[in-house]
Amino acid sequence: MLSLETRIGALALKNPIMPASGTFSEDLADVLDLGALGAHVTKTVTSETRNGNPTPRVCEVRGAMLNSIGIPSKGVAHFLDHVVPFYSQFDVPLIVSISAGTADEFARTCAALDVPGVAGIEVNISCPNLEEDGKAFAMRPSTTEAVMQKVRGATALPLWAKLSPNTGETTEVAQAAEAAGADALVVCNTLLAMAIDVETRRPTLGNLMGGLSGPSLKPIALRMSYQCANAVDIPIIGCGGISTVEDVVEFLIAGATAVQVGTATFIEAGIMERLIADLRAWMQAHGVSSVADLVGSVRDQEAGDGMLLAEGVS
Amino acid sequence: MTVLDAAVKADESVGRFTAFTRDTIVKSNEAVNGDYRLLVVSAPEEILNCTPGQFFHLLCPSEGADHPYLRRPMSIYGYDRARGELQFLYKVTGAGTRGLATLTPGAQLNVFGPLGRGYSIAPDHSRIMLVARGVGLATLAPLAQQARDQDCELVAVCSARSPDMLLSVDLFRDMGAKVITLTDAEGTSGTQNLQHVIEAEVEGQGVDAFYTCGSNRILRLLQTLSRRFDIPGQIALEQQMACGLGMCQCCVRSFDRGGRFVQERVCREGPVFDLQEALSC
Ligand SMILES: Cc1cc2nc3c(=O)[nH]c(=O)nc-3n(C[C@H](O)[C@H](O)[C@H](O)COP(=O)(O)OP(=O)(O)OC[C@H]3O[C@@H](n4cnc5c(N)ncnc54)[C@H](O)[C@@H]3O)c2cc1C
Ligand SMILES: Cc1cc2nc3c(=O)[nH]c(=O)nc-3n(C[C@H](O)[C@H](O)[C@H](O)COP(=O)(O)O)c2cc1C
Ligand code: FES
Repeated sequence: MLSLETRIGALALKNPIMPASGTFSEDLADVLDLGALGAHVTKTVTSETRNGNPTPRVCEVRGAMLNSIGIPSKGVAHFLDHVVPFYSQFDVPLIVSISAGTADEFARTCAALDVPGVAGIEVNISCPNLEEDGKAFAMRPSTTEAVMQKVRGATALPLWAKLSPNTGETTEVAQAAEAAGADALVVCNTLLAMAIDVETRRPTLGNLMGGLSGPSLKPIALRMSYQCANAVDIPIIGCGGISTVEDVVEFLIAGATAVQVGTATFIEAGIMERLIADLRAWMQAHGVSSVADLVGSVRDQEAGDGMLLAEGVS
Repeated sequence: MTVLDAAVKADESVGRFTAFTRDTIVKSNEAVNGDYRLLVVSAPEEILNCTPGQFFHLLCPSEGADHPYLRRPMSIYGYDRARGELQFLYKVTGAGTRGLATLTPGAQLNVFGPLGRGYSIAPDHSRIMLVARGVGLATLAPLAQQARDQDCELVAVCSARSPDMLLSVDLFRDMGAKVITLTDAEGTSGTQNLQHVIEAEVEGQGVDAFYTCGSNRILRLLQTLSRRFDIPGQIALEQQMACGLGMCQCCVRSFDRGGRFVQERVCREGPVFDLQEALSC
């Protein structure tokens, strides 16, 4: 019997396909059966209300997009009153993405969201650390560890740390998150990027810079997923540029136990439902009966000294 | 699953879901005048459950060096359930619309929709006015049919650079509307004259509601008149979009809700908003 089930630590998912934070909302119920997804991952929420960045907030580049949405948030109270109840109608784990400017505020936000109906917390550490130099927490092992330790102390819920591709210390950051008690790693967030209109010579985004997502990000996210899978014992959730079933399978083979789909949903709103069906068909055609048979099955023994080419060692 | 089960399931999905990704077939794609093209596609029934003011998100074809990646929002210019037809009126401005312009009859166009909240005509309104300029007429055109279906009289004030740029005038006349045309070339489209024209209608046979879109100048004028005469109104607004469905928060604009500024998503809470709450930019 072919099964798409997969496990992220204590959480059993009916399939490995879930949305990426910020590219999914209740509104997608207009288009597909949200009950079919492996998990629901909400847009990052902060404790207080926030407005987000100036417009234009997105632009497209060849085969990808840049966004500087920021984190507009209606705050945790609104989230608890309106968003959590909506998702309770589905038999699908609800993962809430959180962000904050300090480790303590991360912990408070996390504690406030530890309520029935929330199955896990995704810790978006790609935001600026307001107490230090404004660099994202996920840039360094020390700041990653500080946040993850604080949120670990604030909840017994599964904790997913979402890594950033903007660091030069992928494996060290991954290990720091694991050491501080993360139950899984989401790999990865958007890559800092920029575009300029050559006619007006003005940056295309209202915020000057923004995060790159979509197909161009995939090889980077895949490389990071592979590195992380080799560096830690907790599950990896691959994310970045996934838009075909081959992309999904590639991340699983690299070592991910599940994947998140982001920008592709903007191009084809129903893509997650299609990827679930396509994955089943792919496994059938390839005689693979369980997702676990694919996870980490990369044949890299003969590949030589690839790991030595990790960042900083070339 | 039997064939019958599959059919039942398909029916359920049509009932439960409101927006669909579908391939349509291009029937025609002709230049209407120098700036605008009319694209007519044959479309399946389930996506034709539209409201005037709603839009579709189009997957524009790549052509040469142009590779539009995100979808492009386009107002519904016309929809006809009986003929299985959907129409867009567009202006070529960049990679996406250049791609649209290359479509020839028989070609496929992938569309996602219908999306957003459209215009509504209150049941007790018997005479409404639309004021539009340029491509804004594309957005307001289906309102004429809605007005006729609701037995509501329509006054269409159409403004453009020159008489040959006036769009939809025949369409409005066919729908029984009173059409007033104003052009830059004839020197009739200035704000002052526009104001006189509107006031004459309001003070003459009366106007129950204003409908407009786009232009800041028309927005400000209508807001003033709407307050002065206590006439409600609706406006369709544009903002750059990515998802078109409400998920990404890229299309927000600020609105004045009783002195409090709120941000709303043009694709979800709009594109049609209350006239008084809209802020010109
Ligand atoms: C709800 C809605 C309805 C619209 N209806 C129509 C219509 O009926 N007819 C018509 O001609 N145009 C309409 N537009 C504008 C149309 O979407 C843009 O002209 C089109 O996206 C431009 O794409 P491009 O690639 O040709 O141009 P480019 O300038 O290359 O576009 C670059 C980027 O900017 C965005 N963009 C550029 N101009 C606009 C704009 N005015 N509004 C939103 N995004 C923009 C594009 O989507 C794209 O992401 C509508 C816009 C919205 C939001
Ligand atoms: C418009 C937009 C908004 C996003 N918002 C968030 C967010 O709030 N929190 C977060 O952790 N990631 C956010 N992301 C990043 C995505 O979750 C994902 O990590 C990234 O887009 C890479 O995946 P993709 O290429 O499949 O889109 C956002 C991405 C986009 C495109
Ligand atoms: S375009 Fe994504 S929220 Fe409006």
